[in-house]
Amino acid sequence: MASVALAHLDPASRAAARGWSDLTIRNMFIVPTLVFLIVFNIFPLIYSLGYSFTNFAANRSEPWQFVGLQNYRELLSDDHIWSNFIITAKYVIVSVAGQMIVGFGLALLLNRSFPMKGLITTLLLLPMMMSAAVVGLFWQLLYSPSWGPINYVFGLGDFAWLSNPDSALYAVAITDVWMWSPFVMLLSLAGLSAVPQHLYEAAAIDRASWWYTFTRITLPLVSPILLIALIFRTMEAFKTFDIAYTMTTQPTAELIAIRLYKQAFQQWDTGKSCALAYIVLIMVLAITNLYVKYLNKVKER
Amino acid sequence: MAAVRTSSEVALNRAAIVAVLVATLIFLAPIYWIASTAFKPKELAVSVPPTVLFQPEVTPFIRLFTKRVQMQKPVDPQVYEAAPWWEKRIYDGGERVLKVGKDVQLSQYPDRFMNSLIVAVISTVLAVGMGTFTAYGFSRFKVAGEADLLFFILSTRMLPPVVVAIPMFLMYRMVGLNDSHIGLIILYVAFNLSFSVWLMKGFMDEIPKEYEEAALVDGYTRMQAFFKIVLPEAATGIAATAVFCFITAWNEYAFALIMTNRRAQTAPPFIPSQIGSGLPDWTTIAAGTFLFLLPVAIFTFLLRNHLLRGVTFGAIRK
Repeated sequence: MASVALAHLDPASRAAARGWSDLTIRNMFIVPTLVFLIVFNIFPLIYSLGYSFTNFAANRSEPWQFVGLQNYRELLSDDHIWSNFIITAKYVIVSVAGQMIVGFGLALLLNRSFPMKGLITTLLLLPMMMSAAVVGLFWQLLYSPSWGPINYVFGLGDFAWLSNPDSALYAVAITDVWMWSPFVMLLSLAGLSAVPQHLYEAAAIDRASWWYTFTRITLPLVSPILLIALIFRTMEAFKTFDIAYTMTTQPTAELIAIRLYKQAFQQWDTGKSCALAYIVLIMVLAITNLYVKYLNKVKER
Repeated sequence: MAAVRTSSEVALNRAAIVAVLVATLIFLAPIYWIASTAFKPKELAVSVPPTVLFQPEVTPFIRLFTKRVQMQKPVDPQVYEAAPWWEKRIYDGGERVLKVGKDVQLSQYPDRFMNSLIVAVISTVLAVGMGTFTAYGFSRFKVAGEADLLFFILSTRMLPPVVVAIPMFLMYRMVGLNDSHIGLIILYVAFNLSFSVWLMKGFMDEIPKEYEEAALVDGYTRMQAFFKIVLPEAATGIAATAVFCFITAWNEYAFALIMTNRRAQTAPPFIPSQIGSGLPDWTTIAAGTFLFLLPVAIFTFLLRNHLLRGVTFGAIRK
């Protein structure tokens, strides 16, 4: 009986008889997530923007004052901060370049069929599944000048990787390369497997050299996905905190995120650290935008 | 590849496979070192030259889980012999018997491990749940400014955790959410939600719309169609997304370090904090690290085929 009655109703009440309308369902499904993200990501940012113009200190109860752009002026003229940025830039370049080379190299090697390929690929993923903080901690032992296996295997004697400001940065970068090359490898493998096989067959018929095939077929076709890997890894490397923080007990590799943490939660210079957070944020956004523009160009070709 | 293979191609192929095996061994060496140190006697963890072969023991795990309240006087051999094995085991030397609860208490590690488990599981369920609904909404309905909204969702993931942590710390302090499970769960959901929406949207887009349309014709409501047709189809995608969210929440350090200190502290900030001054006991640290790695390693192996697709946002089509 019900279905007969339904047929006589207008479309709106037919939808109502079927439960909620599509519009209601759509809003119910999407709006909570958007609200949640705005409340817990955008709202805190606005909140800290306000604090960045004050001399507020979270550990003191004294009233704070509005200081205008003074925090920003002080930060941008502080040599110490600039050296943090330079260290971070060096770190990002070394570690991301290392990951791209090792990761893409591994993908090129893995991109063929051989026994236990699935198992080996999975084993190679393990480093990126670990906690960066704990990894950083444990690599302290591996790098230990007196009994670390790294110095023993490579015959480096008592070379102190982590307490030497010149090498600490590279030591952390090596660990980061170990941890995140698998990510680049995975994305590259996806890109490589998407290259149409008939292109290689055509190249083989033309007796093209390996190098020619690589630079004219493989590289152009995987470059968009390599660029995506590059964007992800650059952003992550710029934000690096955990590995470097647990690895270097002395501030030998003080990346900008570590500096920010210390300023906010050890010196309790809250207002100024909010300002520094904004400087970092603007830099992340600038880098991301540059990349996205370049990515779109590559895609258009 | 070409059907006919020259001998040089075969040789090249073999060399590549050997190179892969060597690279795999290099990549696994640090993990082997963690795992093996967890079973080493204390003095072999820092030996020169580094020890590769040794008689494994479980005392690092006992030290990890227990805290000695006070040392007892040596007991007479008869009492020692009569004691159950776990009480004998608790003291490294084996000549004294320490009573659990009286002389030996649980260390903080089990608590921290449980905190990690609670926070990671609940935040994963929430992030994947909300992400699945939202992804369905974006996948099936017209949304004004869809591309911009999706980019906004992704952009929340680009923020450095320390940047978000400063205002969140202040806000949490006002409402009393510092050092609480709920506070950490909210942060992890906010952090993982973008990823969950993006991954799930990839999986949802692959489920043919016709499935639900057929169900709607059969008299199902939209919600019934969603729960009875779409969700079962999306099950593998949900599993893969859940593992990723779980691993991220399980391993997160910066938020946990800043937002917790005692009650709700998770293992990632706890394990490094155990390194005090003086010579650290690497075997105990390794034991803690090894146990902490175990769930992730098991997940990775169980779900390896789905993970490969997940990491690449569905770029590898199976």
